[in-house]
Amino acid sequence: MRFGVVIFPGTWSDCDFHYVIGEVLHQPVKYVWHRDTDLGDLDCLILPGGFSYGDYLRAGAIAGRSPVVEALPDFVARGGHVLGSCNGFQILCEAGMLPGALMRNECLQYRCQSTHLFVENAETPFTRGLRPGQVLKMPISHGEGKYYADPETLRTLKARNRIVFRYCTEAGDVTKDANPNGSIENIAGIVNDAGTVLGLMPHPERAAESAMGGTDGLLLFHSLIGSLVEDGSVLKG
Amino acid sequence: MTAADPKVTLDLALAHGLTAEEYDRIIRILGREPAYTELGLFSALWSEHCAYKHSKVFLRLLPTKAPHVLQGPGENAGIVDLGDGWALVLKMESHNHPSFIEPFQGAATGVGGILRDIFTMGARPIATLDSLRFGDPEDPKTRYLIGGVVSGISWYNNCFGVPNVGGEVAFASEYQRNPLVNVMCVGLVQTDRIFRARAEGVGNPVFYVGAKTGRDGIHGATMASAVFEEGAEERRPTVQVGDPFTEKLLLEACLEAMATGAVVGIQDMGAAGLACCSSEMPARAGTGMEVELSRVPRRETGMTPYEIMLSESQERMLLVVARGREEEVKKVFAKWDLDAVEIGRVTGDGILRVSMDGQVVAEVPVRALTEEAPVYEKPTARPGWLDALQAFDPLTLPEPPDYEAAFLRLLASPTIASKQWVYRQYDQQVGTNTLVLPGSDAGVLRIKGTPKAIVVTTDGNARYVFLDPYQGGALAVAEAARNLACSGARPLAVTDCLNFGSPERPEILWQFAEAIRGLADACRQLEIPVVSGNVSFYNETEGQAILPTPVIGMAGLLEDAGWRTTQWFKEAGDRVALIGPDAVSLGGSEYLATSGRQLAGRPAPVDLRLERDVQAACRAAIEAGLLSSAHDAAEGGLAVALAEACISGPEAVGAEIEVESLGRADLTLFGEGPSRILVSVPPRAQRHFESLMGECQVPWRFIGAVGGGRLTLKVGGSVVVSLSLDQVSHAWRTGFGRFVA
Repeated sequence: MRFGVVIFPGTWSDCDFHYVIGEVLHQPVKYVWHRDTDLGDLDCLILPGGFSYGDYLRAGAIAGRSPVVEALPDFVARGGHVLGSCNGFQILCEAGMLPGALMRNECLQYRCQSTHLFVENAETPFTRGLRPGQVLKMPISHGEGKYYADPETLRTLKARNRIVFRYCTEAGDVTKDANPNGSIENIAGIVNDAGTVLGLMPHPERAAESAMGGTDGLLLFHSLIGSLVEDGSVLKG
Repeated sequence: MTAADPKVTLDLALAHGLTAEEYDRIIRILGREPAYTELGLFSALWSEHCAYKHSKVFLRLLPTKAPHVLQGPGENAGIVDLGDGWALVLKMESHNHPSFIEPFQGAATGVGGILRDIFTMGARPIATLDSLRFGDPEDPKTRYLIGGVVSGISWYNNCFGVPNVGGEVAFASEYQRNPLVNVMCVGLVQTDRIFRARAEGVGNPVFYVGAKTGRDGIHGATMASAVFEEGAEERRPTVQVGDPFTEKLLLEACLEAMATGAVVGIQDMGAAGLACCSSEMPARAGTGMEVELSRVPRRETGMTPYEIMLSESQERMLLVVARGREEEVKKVFAKWDLDAVEIGRVTGDGILRVSMDGQVVAEVPVRALTEEAPVYEKPTARPGWLDALQAFDPLTLPEPPDYEAAFLRLLASPTIASKQWVYRQYDQQVGTNTLVLPGSDAGVLRIKGTPKAIVVTTDGNARYVFLDPYQGGALAVAEAARNLACSGARPLAVTDCLNFGSPERPEILWQFAEAIRGLADACRQLEIPVVSGNVSFYNETEGQAILPTPVIGMAGLLEDAGWRTTQWFKEAGDRVALIGPDAVSLGGSEYLATSGRQLAGRPAPVDLRLERDVQAACRAAIEAGLLSSAHDAAEGGLAVALAEACISGPEAVGAEIEVESLGRADLTLFGEGPSRILVSVPPRAQRHFESLMGECQVPWRFIGAVGGGRLTLKVGGSVVVSLSLDQVSHAWRTGFGRFVA
């Protein structure tokens, strides 16, 4: 399957995703410039981490209105998949592709650390290879990762099983201490209704080689590749 | 000169920080009185910060050459060959004065400046480290400064997208009104893609690229070249304001423009801004330069030529482009939404000619601003108070009544305690090269596509330098190299940041001269060239100078990234050994500072030959796969090194240790000395380890075993310390945060 990695001005996880997809997973991958709107030949678009446009406004606010992001609804409607990590998650929320918002960390400081994620929904294309309740280890690196959604949105997310990951302890307990940024109900990642757009604050690309401290991030890619290839939904170019 | 310019007089020159002799020298060189803009150029380029006028004669002592050195001092950064077509670019710089005046922006722009020094050479920055010094941790002002400095570094690093992989934070009251912020950066470049800050090729166009010019930071270089008096905070307007987003765009645009082949030379507009670039670049190439200031992109109206030349607005570069290839460069910068404006050209007459709207406002030989800057050999004098300090014998103090309490107090000292509060605010992994995160002796970064890894550290114990500047300088180099050896690496190069008080005081200059002598001897003996660096003088306020603080940044190479070794114990049952001599001292030790609140005595001197052999032995054991861990026994002595080995890893593990007494248990456990490495050896490797140490002919002994839930220290047969891992860990983990949270 074919991956695209978007570069906004200020993106910095672009090379890391490109490396993992190309050199670790050996999948075709190319960079997509933020002004490009032709996503026709791609199966999955990655919105990587960074500080798009410096994030001097709300994180992701300007990138959320950029040409490539405006082309996303069509891309998704045609069966494309989108993975937004870190700044990518912020951008997806700002663009209205995912509900809720990412606010300043409760501690009011940047946090770069390892976290554990409780897999809540193992039925999305990104998590189909996982077990519900499985615990993944993945680092975070952000200053604005505190997920918030109003009570009604939260009810909908739960009712539709759209909460994919929650921060938890190594043993899998979803506790306040395991929550690194004050996210509501420890939410670390959610999907759209169809399960084809995933946003998460942690960095799967930083947990893709044992030399880097773990390979749990690869499981998301393996799931996605497996799901798309097996059910024949890989887009034709 | 323009109509509004003030008339240049001796008084005006003095107000610019020049001396009367220097002003006379300018008149002699020009054969006339300088115009106002010209005076500004001289005051900036002849400042201590730019001209190294008090330090040059001493810096000549440093060894700078080696077969693998591709670029030594004199450029924006040093470069060493890594093999396989790759080279490492490294540099460290201070941003002390601005960080005291405005900690957040001062520290942030310190990061910005050092990043540009690296990518102006064509390299992509792969890591930063920061070495920080603050005053009394109990003082609320200190808390404010730490908070500001750390968040400034965090903001700029993280937004730009470079991992911070190490550094140090130390405290002493002498830094109360002069905190130190030293930032080191390393970058990777292909050896055939190195760029230099040279204005080659008469007729080539000169391009201004990056952010627009404002009035911020005018006279930053001059401010950094004077001591603080009362009311230093009022100099806030001389501190620049950073924009890491623009810096990130500038990085990508510069590297992309360089890849076109159209860039001839490039320099960062750092201290003294356009004035510095437009004189240093032609000076290095033996050319001249013409610039027309009305073309410089500005974000304020009404700026005078003087202001445009001296502005230290951030995130700007000066490029010399191959004539005829201007469009290629413009196109790249347009893609990244950055200004790229042709503002002049390279000339052959050796003159910097500055005009505004066609009218010449400055016309100065570039050599006059650079090579002909004054060089001083000012008097040095050994301070009279040193003898009494050195004569102090710490063993005249009583032993601690409670060793466990003394040990926990030492672990909780903010200089020793875990710095997680600091580094968890820094991105440590972007780029996915960081194999060893902050918290071990050194940071380790792989070089993708090769089996190799880069190992980096910063070190500098100012207490040792204060008590014995020669030894202190040598000890700093020895410790940095030892940190690399503990990770398994061979040292490649030093970049140094030399922070001192006013060089116009003979005893300060003596500290400087002695420290350099020590540094130079150690670098020579350990065969590590100094390839770049920075001198920061005038770190004093109202007559109170900082402790003399040379900080050593060092980079080394691991031929096989798989050899990398970390400081923490891994496995119960491993034997613990101490490689190195018994020679330790409580003079200048952290123990003396925390328990006796004293700074006196003498540090244990370094035997550089032994140091080299111990490091080689440690590396050999690592390369043979014999070690589970290796950790430098430094501040806090053997006891602290043992505690860190037990608790700093992902899983805490205890140890039972028994050592011979060196006379007194406090000296044995907390005494500090060079050339000592604490290692753990798996039982299967024990025989091999013993024979290897024999071959290396270094002193060593087994001192215990890893395992259990306690750290037990027996000295001369009796248990002196036996603490649970929780107690040890709690003291060490909370010791820093309690002052800042």
